[in-house]
Amino acid sequence: MLIGTNYQRLDGRAKVTGAARYVDDLPQPEGCLFGLTLRSPHPHARIDAIRRDPGYDWQGITVVTAEDIPGENVVALMTDDQPVLAAGLTRHVTEPIALVAAPTRQRAAEALKHIHVDYTPLPALLDFEIAQDHEIKIYGEDNVFARAATLRGDPDALLRDAELVIEGIYRVGHQEQLYIEPQGLIALPREDGGLTILGSMQCPYYIHKALKRVLGGVDFNVRQTTTGGAFGGKEDYPSIMGAHVALLALKAKAPVKMIYARDEDLIATTKRHPAVIRVRAAVDPKSAKLLAVESQMIFDGGAYNTLSPVVNSRGVLHGAGPYVCEHVRVTGVMVASHTPPNGAFRGFGAPQSQFAMERHMDRIARHLEMDPAELRRINYYRPGDLTPTGQRLDDPAAEEVFERARAWVEAARRAPAPVEEAPGGRGRDLARGVAFVMGFHGAGFTGNGESGLAAKVDVSLEGDRVLIHTASIDMGQGIDTVFPAIVAETLDYPLDKVSCAPHDTATVPNSGPTAASRSVMVVGGVSQKGARQLREALRAALGAGPEATFAELVAARSPEAPPLRVRAQYDDDGAIWDAARYWGDAYPTYAWTAVAVELDVDRDTGEVIYRRLFQATDVGKAMNKVIVEGQLEGGAVQALGYATLEEVVIDARGAMKNNRLTDYIIPTTMDTPELETAIVEYPFAGGPYGAKGIGELPHDVPAAAVAAAIEDAVGVVLDQLPMTPQRVLAALMMQEEEA
Amino acid sequence: MSRVYRPKDLAEALQMRADHPEAAPLAGGTDLMVTRHSAPREAYLNLFNVEGLSGIEVIQGGAIRVGAATIHRQIACSPEIQRAAPILAEAARVIGGRQIQNRGTIGGNIANASPAGDTLPVLLALDAQIEVQSAARGARLIPIEGFFKGYKQLDLAADELITAVIVPDHHQDALYFRKVGTRAAVAISQVILAGRVKRVEGRVIEARVAFGSVAPTPIRAREVEAALIGHPVDPRAADALDVHPIDDIRGTAVYRRAVAHRVLRTWLRAL
Repeated sequence: MLIGTNYQRLDGRAKVTGAARYVDDLPQPEGCLFGLTLRSPHPHARIDAIRRDPGYDWQGITVVTAEDIPGENVVALMTDDQPVLAAGLTRHVTEPIALVAAPTRQRAAEALKHIHVDYTPLPALLDFEIAQDHEIKIYGEDNVFARAATLRGDPDALLRDAELVIEGIYRVGHQEQLYIEPQGLIALPREDGGLTILGSMQCPYYIHKALKRVLGGVDFNVRQTTTGGAFGGKEDYPSIMGAHVALLALKAKAPVKMIYARDEDLIATTKRHPAVIRVRAAVDPKSAKLLAVESQMIFDGGAYNTLSPVVNSRGVLHGAGPYVCEHVRVTGVMVASHTPPNGAFRGFGAPQSQFAMERHMDRIARHLEMDPAELRRINYYRPGDLTPTGQRLDDPAAEEVFERARAWVEAARRAPAPVEEAPGGRGRDLARGVAFVMGFHGAGFTGNGESGLAAKVDVSLEGDRVLIHTASIDMGQGIDTVFPAIVAETLDYPLDKVSCAPHDTATVPNSGPTAASRSVMVVGGVSQKGARQLREALRAALGAGPEATFAELVAARSPEAPPLRVRAQYDDDGAIWDAARYWGDAYPTYAWTAVAVELDVDRDTGEVIYRRLFQATDVGKAMNKVIVEGQLEGGAVQALGYATLEEVVIDARGAMKNNRLTDYIIPTTMDTPELETAIVEYPFAGGPYGAKGIGELPHDVPAAAVAAAIEDAVGVVLDQLPMTPQRVLAALMMQEEEA
Repeated sequence: MSRVYRPKDLAEALQMRADHPEAAPLAGGTDLMVTRHSAPREAYLNLFNVEGLSGIEVIQGGAIRVGAATIHRQIACSPEIQRAAPILAEAARVIGGRQIQNRGTIGGNIANASPAGDTLPVLLALDAQIEVQSAARGARLIPIEGFFKGYKQLDLAADELITAVIVPDHHQDALYFRKVGTRAAVAISQVILAGRVKRVEGRVIEARVAFGSVAPTPIRAREVEAALIGHPVDPRAADALDVHPIDDIRGTAVYRRAVAHRVLRTWLRAL
């Protein structure tokens, strides 16, 4: 049995030794130019003219503006609102206006200074909270990209008449994905006149879809190179950057490489959506049961739509948290603002909406003067319960993760983690807090999205090697290790003879994006199906009976036989989903978690020092324990940054002010608590060996656990992320004044 | 491309410094290399491996002479410094991360003259002296306090190099160092506090209270020092603190001011 053991990562050695080649490490193609982007300094302005300095020597320099686009000037994703290069109007600061390619980065940078743009600044709308129906129009008539709403029962009557209704408002800010490898792509002219786009990415077919519209008939393929992290940040952005390198390469008739420096990557690319969320709950004061819940969320989409409607939808579908309630309404509005577009980021709306709901559960408990854990125990989903969309849940996982976390917290109260004084921090005035919260995450696409997409994977036998051809890419999460393990297990075949083929649209079918916690659960499952099809095809070709093993079949086949290749496709899973009413099976399944945090608050500075973090997480079935733990731990630490450190500071033009890693503070190893992880396995029948998608879940609720633990430590209530030392100290000082 | 001058000993370094004033002195490079692309210098004077410019030795009166090119890691691990001035070792332990500590030097930290330089308030609290030398005029010793003349301005002539720091033996005093840096490593300090109190029969006879990141230069809070002198330590002396930090991208003036007061009060309470 391979599945569930700790077989070695295929990419581990190369990455640890530095041998792995990321896009910027690849040998420079002959005659390769370096591309740079001229960006808008205005949040909203008319572009009157783009002029090149006639006195400058433009020899060897390629300039591209919107006029050079052979096809359509759109970044095709969900809607066609975003241009590849601004034409006539710019709607956010940092919007690409023109592109330059030159033999060196220095020359390109110099040439950029000799392109002059005449702007007429227009009034800008930066504050998303007032953007709806504002007189300044950004998108449509009402500045709304998307709305979503679920309704079960009659919450209005209860919220009007109930004895106890509790209301709270919660705010969350931007967050940067902060993949280690910045965005980078190369466009390489092919001998046949086409192009190859290669580089760091999550979704080769998203780029393919977008560039087909832009390049007007030019044939091209998209190939992923070793990708150093993405977290959603390379889901939509490479489509626009891919168009940029392609346009430069077509015009220059030479390879063009674009690698963003960190400051450019931070200031120009997508972030997690800020949100303001108002929650009201009617509660029975005697039983502490939720009688009715209403959650209304507004998300900041930025200037263009990107994937925001799906973020809004996922936010809404997780808005009531892992708690049963018969009368629920959750609404979400994704609005436009003249700020850089926000986009995909691990969790995709769920961290925002579950932060609000978990904080609201603590607010209710505070009001009822009861143990917040007990309030959660009374309300979490039991088998047979219905969600706000009427989906029936049969997992008993909520109870198990709850009990594990509660036991851990009780043990932590009896035996607290020791205070380890660090240099520069002796004699601090510290207060200890410990608390836990719960969360869940729908794995895979919403509703019948997976059936509609029908992910495809090819599996082939070449000599005695089995190759998996998939568009699901490995960005550090381990797909190139785990997919082969699933196939090897299925075929009872040695793992070292199975691998993923290069992720290239020229040779792999469309398996869908590497997103939505869907890769192992959905595409891994299709790979497993492909493996079985391959075995059957081989049996048929050899006329062998059902008793022959795959290894015997391979041995019986002539080594010179041509490759045998089959295509597997996702079966309609029978999900019933009414997208208009938001009713039915919202997700194929849910993974569950309870997260406990033990921390100290420094009463003098408002700093939070993490001591231990425990999570009990239901993963369905771990394909590889070490890799799963890595996902869970990494996601939790990323969420701790979201909780207390990471603040995107925006200037008066809507641009990120702190776009350097000295100023945008993410946790270091020294800030990371001791991590304890309990893997819980309630298998999902629709996933390979029972796997559920868990890529995003670990980021969903740790921030709420931190807020609860801060409250436990010092009694201040924080309902806004990030809970920076400044915010914590301000709350402490207000508390002192009141006392 | 920038030129790099590579002297082999101190005499040659001083001569090159006089002959090529445009060359930026470079030791560990942990500050200068960050600006290599955004603000490249025309030339550099590489001091990292110059003989006689690094090392730690005990001199007369138990004071310690620390060569300017001594790396933070060596200071952090030095038994002599841990004995006579443990807060300097402590500060060296929290500058940047381990990679920076293995490369950055104390002379560089002084020369960079950042208001957030972690060792600078410590040197103020310890009454350190800066030794500078020039080829033309030889050596001079400057009390640390007079050395920082304004934001990024030092009492250092164009032909002079910082060659050492002299730290008196303060092992009998109560010493304190606190860095408030938002995160636990690789953090630019929001507030740095370094303190030293000498008591006789329970009464304070000498007090140094120094802060970083709350003014254009590292500063001494003389108003607090004055409030401490002559009595047993009273935490209310912290209320005399009068600092005027600024708002910047890393923190607000209100936050820095409150934190400076609060960490000082907590230290005084513990004394």
